[in-house]
Amino acid sequence: MPLLDVKDLSVTFARRGQRTVRAVDGVSFSVEAGEVVGLVGESGCGKSVTSLALMGLLPKQRGVTIGGSAMFGDTDLLKTDERTMRDIRGRDVAMIFQDPLSSLNPVIPIGIQVTEVLTRHRGLTGAKATAEATDLLNRVGIPDPTRRLKEYPHQLSGGMRQRALIAMAVACAPKLLIADEPTTALDVTIQAQILELLRGLVRDSGTALVMITHDLGVVAGMCDTVNVLYAGRVVESARRKPLFADPRHPYTTGLLGSVPRLDAGKGERLHAIRGSVRDVLPWPDGCAFAPRCDRRVDACVGEPPALVEGVHRHAYRCVNPESRTVEVPS
Amino acid sequence: MIRFIVRRLLQLIPTLFGLSILLFIWLRRLPGGPETAILGERGTPELRAQIRKNLGLDEPLLIQYGRFMKRMLKLDLGTSISTKREVMTEFLERFPGTVELTITAMIIAIGVGIPLGYLAARRRGSFLDSASVGGSLIGICVPVFFLAYVLKAIFSENLQLFPSSGRQDPTLGATRITNFFVLDGLMTREWDAALDALWHLILPGIALASIPLAIIVRITRASVLEVLSEDYVRTAQSKGLNERTIRGRHILRNAMLPIVTVIGLLTGGLLSGAVLTETVFAFSGIGAFLYEAISNRDYPVLMGFIMIIAVFYVLVNLLVDVSYSLIDPRVRVR
Repeated sequence: MPLLDVKDLSVTFARRGQRTVRAVDGVSFSVEAGEVVGLVGESGCGKSVTSLALMGLLPKQRGVTIGGSAMFGDTDLLKTDERTMRDIRGRDVAMIFQDPLSSLNPVIPIGIQVTEVLTRHRGLTGAKATAEATDLLNRVGIPDPTRRLKEYPHQLSGGMRQRALIAMAVACAPKLLIADEPTTALDVTIQAQILELLRGLVRDSGTALVMITHDLGVVAGMCDTVNVLYAGRVVESARRKPLFADPRHPYTTGLLGSVPRLDAGKGERLHAIRGSVRDVLPWPDGCAFAPRCDRRVDACVGEPPALVEGVHRHAYRCVNPESRTVEVPS
Repeated sequence: MIRFIVRRLLQLIPTLFGLSILLFIWLRRLPGGPETAILGERGTPELRAQIRKNLGLDEPLLIQYGRFMKRMLKLDLGTSISTKREVMTEFLERFPGTVELTITAMIIAIGVGIPLGYLAARRRGSFLDSASVGGSLIGICVPVFFLAYVLKAIFSENLQLFPSSGRQDPTLGATRITNFFVLDGLMTREWDAALDALWHLILPGIALASIPLAIIVRITRASVLEVLSEDYVRTAQSKGLNERTIRGRHILRNAMLPIVTVIGLLTGGLLSGAVLTETVFAFSGIGAFLYEAISNRDYPVLMGFIMIIAVFYVLVNLLVDVSYSLIDPRVRVR
């Protein structure tokens, strides 16, 4: 049984006077214990909403509807009451956010922000909590942790802040970690360090990781399984190797083609997917990617393409899939 | 921090100097003078001149100002023209009443305003939210003296729950030490006197709290709404923290800055006296006395009172600045 089994997750936002937005539209994927799963796609494809829905952090107000199921052990994360969710969050499932500066409370020392998780879920207080927090900062590679614990977020560098956030997330050794674009707001050199840190933590602790990203380089370096999202649906899902070696959905090939390559021929133009993520055909009327697709055929419009299961759990949602072979970026 | 406070206190000196010049010129430019207040319409020119001479008002302004400054430096505020008592004595008798009233009003305004504003923000769009936003608008619009009369009519005249006037029942014969009646009662262990003084503060305190309360509700609501959309609140939730920690440590602490600012300004404003509320409840603070002093052109009282009130205003706002740095480490002063 997988650690997390998401089935048909859908999230809609309805506002009076505006048309209803289906941000996530029947997303299914599963995460095995210790596995690194990538959710990949452009901005606006529903990646972040998916993660917030799993954490139970979407605003609970009229107009927000969540459907489907997300089984985490015996509990359905989407239908659990707030009290139980509070116990699960931070202890069993933890999250790392995109922008480390705005994600840290600016007026509270780092130390308290780390120890409050320890106090809440592990009952550690006082010197014990401080010792554990020092140890955590050490593990995420923050030098001089005793001093850093007393400092405020604005006194830390960007990479340091993200390390502190990671320390808070792994404080209770969660079974599942969700990282929502953890490197987007950081310098390239720091990005590599943070990814290395996450890789190490996952390897050592056996924590499963859901990596939300738009960066295929991150996917290539980390993920065991990849789910490509477009307009709120999974359009392709595969193990990392087959996905890079043999992408089937034109959107995936488009994403792969738009990664800058050092070994590209001189004068070769960087490929871009035309249009923007807003040029979407509603799924019920056909393939949402059809308006931007180079391989579009008549069958694309009319009814939504079904998810086709290929060999080795390689699934794609396309009526005219690619079959050429693309090199795996190193 | 200490250096910051000392520097701000030193800045008080030029502030007060400038204020004294402005006040001096402004007061002397008011039409009429103390002699008109004393003699009324019928005073002969000779009598008027005589009184002006006795008060030293016939000399050139510069010399009058020089004499005033000389006294000020010795912390001597002179004598009231109308009551013939030391200005400092008058002040020390009345200001404690105003301070007690201000503290009562601010405790009510803060104690009700911050929770109400917080809840309104957390339940945005609910009945509570609309009620507190609408209610605060009414609170700002209703004239204070009207509210004071209504409160007095209902709670003291009809229901007889609260006393209708004064600061304390004079028949108690309470001992005076500081003229802060509640404090005096506590110091002398005359509990009944302290309680009675407190009782006298409730109705005027509520009347005076109405506008600050409305402002604090609105500022709190707006400030909390802004903080609620911050990423770090989501982080706090993602850690599974309980509601109390998220509310106190992550939301309110960050929402406090603008609230503290208005609290400082409002408190400073209340300290300069509340003429209407004091009049309705026959409460002897500085408000009604200052009003009298203006109509009597009682220059020494006006100069002295306003200068001291200015000092308190600056002190309250200094306190606000200091609390900024306690709330937010990023504005920590050097």
